[in-house]
Amino acid sequence: MSEFLAEINWSPLWISLKTGFAATVIAFFLGIFFARLVMKMKPVSRGILDGILTMPLVLPPTVAGFILLLLFSLRRPFGAFLLDNFDIKIVQTWKGCVIAASVIAFPLMYRNARAAFEQVDVNLIAAGKTLGMSDRRIFWTVVMPTAGPGIASGTVLAFARAIGEYGATSMLAGNILGKTRTVSVAIASETAAGNYGMAGFWVVVILIISFVIVAAINIVSGKGMKRGRWM
Amino acid sequence: MAVSVDIEKKLHGFTLKVKLESDGSPMGILGASGSGKSMTLRCIAGIQTPDSGRIVVNDKVLFDSEKKINLKPQERKVGYLFQNYALFPTMTVEKNIACGYRGDKKHFKAKVADYIERYQLNGLEKRYPGQLSGGQQQRVALARMMIGEPEVILLDEPFSALDGYLKDIMQRDMQNFLNEYTGDMILVTHSRDEAYKFCGHLTILDSGQALTTGETKKLFERPGILQAARLTGCKNFSTVQKMGKHSIYAVDWDLMLQTEDVVPDDVTHVGIRGHWMKGASEGGENHMEVEVVEYIETTFEHQYLLKNKKGGDCQPVWWMCPKGNFEEDPHAKVPKYIHFPEEHLMLLKEAK
Repeated sequence: MSEFLAEINWSPLWISLKTGFAATVIAFFLGIFFARLVMKMKPVSRGILDGILTMPLVLPPTVAGFILLLLFSLRRPFGAFLLDNFDIKIVQTWKGCVIAASVIAFPLMYRNARAAFEQVDVNLIAAGKTLGMSDRRIFWTVVMPTAGPGIASGTVLAFARAIGEYGATSMLAGNILGKTRTVSVAIASETAAGNYGMAGFWVVVILIISFVIVAAINIVSGKGMKRGRWM
Repeated sequence: MAVSVDIEKKLHGFTLKVKLESDGSPMGILGASGSGKSMTLRCIAGIQTPDSGRIVVNDKVLFDSEKKINLKPQERKVGYLFQNYALFPTMTVEKNIACGYRGDKKHFKAKVADYIERYQLNGLEKRYPGQLSGGQQQRVALARMMIGEPEVILLDEPFSALDGYLKDIMQRDMQNFLNEYTGDMILVTHSRDEAYKFCGHLTILDSGQALTTGETKKLFERPGILQAARLTGCKNFSTVQKMGKHSIYAVDWDLMLQTEDVVPDDVTHVGIRGHWMKGASEGGENHMEVEVVEYIETTFEHQYLLKNKKGGDCQPVWWMCPKGNFEEDPHAKVPKYIHFPEEHLMLLKEAK
């Protein structure tokens, strides 16, 4: 057992966690930004933008990966532009991992944030305005805390989704050990190579992390529910 | 001190068209739910924008569609008391009140403490709104609104969610707190009793149209408009034909009536409040021989539905008769005749 552990290259775990955190931060701010934007829109344009923003949730991740590849490939205009002008390379790099994970995790954050904002009584916002509070102050001291539980669970779900992302990541960032091989990519490639022990080990790691995350959400959000049980 | 409002706004199903002038005494807007009362307040506060018109408070123009003026709610100094109080649920009582403070930082702490004291919230500073009773919540909402020293305060159905005993206490509380306030006040309600209690002036709103406006007592006495009379709680109406300078024929009651007021040519209805009618044992002018169609007993009143004994397709009238005690026999009080006192007859026009 100790020999087995000693042999392990832990880099996929660190890369997964690093990617997860980075992608969650990106999804958090973009998710809140777009949730606010969409809520201010008129019904038709709102429906269209909402549809586009939710796409990564319903499409197979490989489709997202394909589109990202089309966008960032060095042989395509945008990818070449980034490389020539900013020396930024996305394909086959850790940045690619982050972008792929962010795109896949984004809808979870966005939809949870929007649902949480929609639950906030609009009279609270109106009251803040008549009291002379600035819009920014109302958002950060009234809306965000009131929407807090929904925002928190959106964040955690986005993180869970980001660390487990496989399809889009493997297409955009590839499978380079120590650079872009995340735990989920490692599971696939170890299984393909017949290393079931190693694949199984990473499966257990992912199971533990995911379970801890979900249990944590339940415990934290359960604290807010003071009133009785359901049924 | 004056508020002047003249606005129009298209809403679902009707157009809100309100003209209000207040002169410092509390002004009430009485109307059924969905008549546009709350929307009017929201427009004054700047939470909603009218399609056109003008809103002026103490010579400061808050809104003017022609001059393209539309101050943000933050710049208006208009206090708004929401029906559900809209307290910030994640903030303590103290923080909620602090949110309304607009002065400079030097006096901030003392001012918040002063308002906690004034609205009898000592000991509750660290509580959250969810941990307070309805009365305490209302006091927090009042303190939060008043600490900003608004030039006008708008009260949106402040008691309609309450019942009975608590309502009475909170109305008295509110009246005491408001006595100290020198700015203008507009109260919106669907309850004629609240309107009567709180407001020296009244505007009656129906489907977005201001039907009539005036001194509350005079308006209750002579509403002038059929729909307005209905909203002030009058239950008995009949269509009429003008017969002379002081006489009408009430078609639905099949009754000739003499009136104190001069009958206008465009009169369409007559109305009388059930409380002002009197039972009588002998007939005479403005008397109708009656039989009882229905009887309802309320806590302190007998309510009889009476019909003209002549028969035909006469409409019945409600007569409210105060009880002497709880045991008395309602049948013993049924009169042979019912008298319509001429000074209480309201000559009305039906608004289109």
